[in-house]
Amino acid sequence: MAPGLAGFVASGDDAGMWDAAVLGVLAALGKGFTVLPERAGVPGTGGARRRTWFDTFDWRLYRAGLALEYVAAHRGGELRLTSIRPATGDTRAATGDTRPAAGPAAAAGPAADGDIRQPVTGWLASRPHRLQDLPEGPIAARVAALAAPRALLPVVTVSSTVSVSRLLNEDGKTVARLLVERPLVECPLTERPLLAAGHAGRPRHAGRPRHAGRAPLAPRLTVTAVRGYSGQARRAARMVSLAGGVLPAAEPVFASALRALGRRPGDSSNKAGPDITAGMPAAEAAAVILLRLLDTIEANVPGVLRDIDTEFLHDLRVSVRRTRSALKLFGDVLTGPSAGRNTKSDGLTEDELARFTAEFKWIGDLTTPARDLDVHLLGFEETARTLKAAKPDDLEPFRAYLTQRRLKEYRALARGLRSPRFAALIRDWRAALAKIIDNSKSIGEAGSGEAPVGEAGRGEAGLDARAAAARPGSSRRRAGGTAEVLAADRTRRAFAKVARRGAAITPASPHAALHDLRKRCKELRYVLEFFAPLHDPAAYGKVIADLRRLQDCLGEFQDTDVQIGEIRALAASMLAAGEAPAVTLLAMGEVTAGLAARQQAARADFERRFAAFAGEAGQRRMALLLRGGAG
Amino acid sequence: MRIYATYNIKGGVGKTTAAVNLAYLAAAETGLRTVLWDLDPQGAASFMFRVKPRVKGGGKALIRGRRPLDDAIKGTDFANLDLIPADFTYRNMDLLLDSAGSGGSGSGAPGGKPARTLSKLLAPLAAAYDAVFLDCPPSISLVSENVLHAADVIVVPLIPTTLSVRTLDQLTEFIAGFDGRRPDVVAFFSMVDARKKLHREVTARLCSERKDVAATAIPALSTIEKMSVERAPVTVFAPRSAAARAYRALWAEIRSRGG
Repeated sequence: MAPGLAGFVASGDDAGMWDAAVLGVLAALGKGFTVLPERAGVPGTGGARRRTWFDTFDWRLYRAGLALEYVAAHRGGELRLTSIRPATGDTRAATGDTRPAAGPAAAAGPAADGDIRQPVTGWLASRPHRLQDLPEGPIAARVAALAAPRALLPVVTVSSTVSVSRLLNEDGKTVARLLVERPLVECPLTERPLLAAGHAGRPRHAGRPRHAGRAPLAPRLTVTAVRGYSGQARRAARMVSLAGGVLPAAEPVFASALRALGRRPGDSSNKAGPDITAGMPAAEAAAVILLRLLDTIEANVPGVLRDIDTEFLHDLRVSVRRTRSALKLFGDVLTGPSAGRNTKSDGLTEDELARFTAEFKWIGDLTTPARDLDVHLLGFEETARTLKAAKPDDLEPFRAYLTQRRLKEYRALARGLRSPRFAALIRDWRAALAKIIDNSKSIGEAGSGEAPVGEAGRGEAGLDARAAAARPGSSRRRAGGTAEVLAADRTRRAFAKVARRGAAITPASPHAALHDLRKRCKELRYVLEFFAPLHDPAAYGKVIADLRRLQDCLGEFQDTDVQIGEIRALAASMLAAGEAPAVTLLAMGEVTAGLAARQQAARADFERRFAAFAGEAGQRRMALLLRGGAG
Repeated sequence: MRIYATYNIKGGVGKTTAAVNLAYLAAAETGLRTVLWDLDPQGAASFMFRVKPRVKGGGKALIRGRRPLDDAIKGTDFANLDLIPADFTYRNMDLLLDSAGSGGSGSGAPGGKPARTLSKLLAPLAAAYDAVFLDCPPSISLVSENVLHAADVIVVPLIPTTLSVRTLDQLTEFIAGFDGRRPDVVAFFSMVDARKKLHREVTARLCSERKDVAATAIPALSTIEKMSVERAPVTVFAPRSAAARAYRALWAEIRSRGG
């Protein structure tokens, strides 16, 4: 029904003026159209309406410029996928043009991305939905590739009473509609804490009472077009905007509803980032980075416990791994007197640092078996497709076995994540980091008369020269000065390690040497990413791109190695449990053969990838990155 | 996507009223995303939905594939139901189909056999629609041959006379001669006048004897005639009328036959 929407809200805050504004608009429209109430009993229009928007935990649809909306109806319901305009500064809001900026010219077109509708039955607005729950159709086709393997979670629900008027042309044909809507926003039941909303503070693990967030939103007028008559809808929208008493709505209902709940869309990231500045004391920068990682770890726990999709565990693990790497790479700056200044405010003790390091290793280990099984199952279809001798069905007992094992491992994992030990780690770690940041800030304020170390060093040389201040043995105990100095020093060391160990690898080197290099590459990648805001974006982009290709190659080599080992172990345990038909074992053998071929290809590719990253040109690029500084 | 065509060689037998009412029921009551293509240059179905019988660029641009069918689609007043309007140039559709189908002069012509042109034009609609209704002009021509090849179900309104049954047989034989896929044929008696003995007898006999004739008959009712005054499907302006009930029953029967 409705390509080309124009939304309007009251121009003043006085709620009493709204009815007068609506009457004024109807009178104005009456001069160009015949205005009639919508026919009674015609499905799909008017009356009470309840809409729930869905997105993945990390807002993949929103980031792709899409909003997925479920509208309940008396017979099943409907999913609508619409494109959303950019959040700010779009003048098209005034003309009600909801097409994407780069979209096709025809507003009344069948909507490339813009306006896909699909009836659904049995869809629950309050529940997360896995992609396989989406019925086949245009929406699944558009959304699956974007969202996979994430589930779709309810983001926000708006219920409203809508009265609809038809705007008729001289033939008595409906060419546009005017919707008058009084929306109420509801907080989705227990899903709210599951949605990433970085600014909203720490997520709560427990559920919330029903409709805790029900609140009225500004009433709205919306002009909707009838397909093939978008010119008439634009004309109606112009008449409404000239009628007085209303203003073009600055944002769609979806965005208003989120804002009413103190949230905003698209606000989640795994990457520690923008809060780091070049002149920040090193200890504070390190604590800020680690605190962000902790936020991500915590934000993903409820999703893992409810097993909503496999990305929660993946993201949790990535943040744990980053935390462990950060502790290894620059955990030392968190210990001893804060930021190298002469104060009594201490950071962590060596013992505390050792305890946190050990505890994060424990979480890493705790999550490994469940993730390994996820990886097997996620790639299962693809693996089954590549079989040549065996039939895909031969692998079904293997899949059943994996699924059963996964359930068991997830239960064990949940016990760990619910344990007092985990709670204590999270609590103590957060307190320790907060203390370091507070100390650093209070010292900064007390000593604001002095030039910060970073400022003093600026201009004389880039990160490169100043790195000397943080070299081990020289000033390491003084905890490295500024974030900028710390970044240069630790990046240099991580790169040197990768270059040295990689160069030592020969065709005769054991697998373990490549596995070790992969770990060192990960550390380098993390340290680059932690301090990304301090680097020149162009130089940074080049280094990261080469590093990523090398990592992909090493990743393929190791993942296939690990999977081969696991499949062998699983085959043995299936056999022991009497759950291994001969055809299944044969098919599993074929799978390992395929993995071995991939592993060999990755090994053959290694020298080239390594040379591209750490050869002469690569060294130059890294030197340029570190000299370039930032700030 | 399922394609339904209302077809009869004869005119004035209730093709358009059937197309309009069935398409509306498919959209509004079954919830199918539906589009009705008014192929009749007289534009009666377009008139019923108050849409001007005009297509930008005329039928030529559509049939030759120079303008996507999508561009011509108009929303009706009703959710889920769109319309491709008639155009006066459709009167030459035979020629257009022939030249487009044989690869003729049009650069964007779908190419291939002239009888399959419509089928190819409709294929891209599958992404956006669950049901297509084709309201055909009364004739035996390349247009009707195209429609018969494109459709999954041919809905044939019959006036209850012996002659009209003969035309149904001719149609069935014609379709039986198709290579490959053949549409299902569902005939139904239309404009049945219960006061006429012949109507009562023919309807009763053939409904029970022939599998391709629906048990539901559409009576001759003034409500149905009023459609051209109200310019809307009967279910919209007289939802509880005998006419609305009859079309609902017919739609249910077509669906239950796998249609």
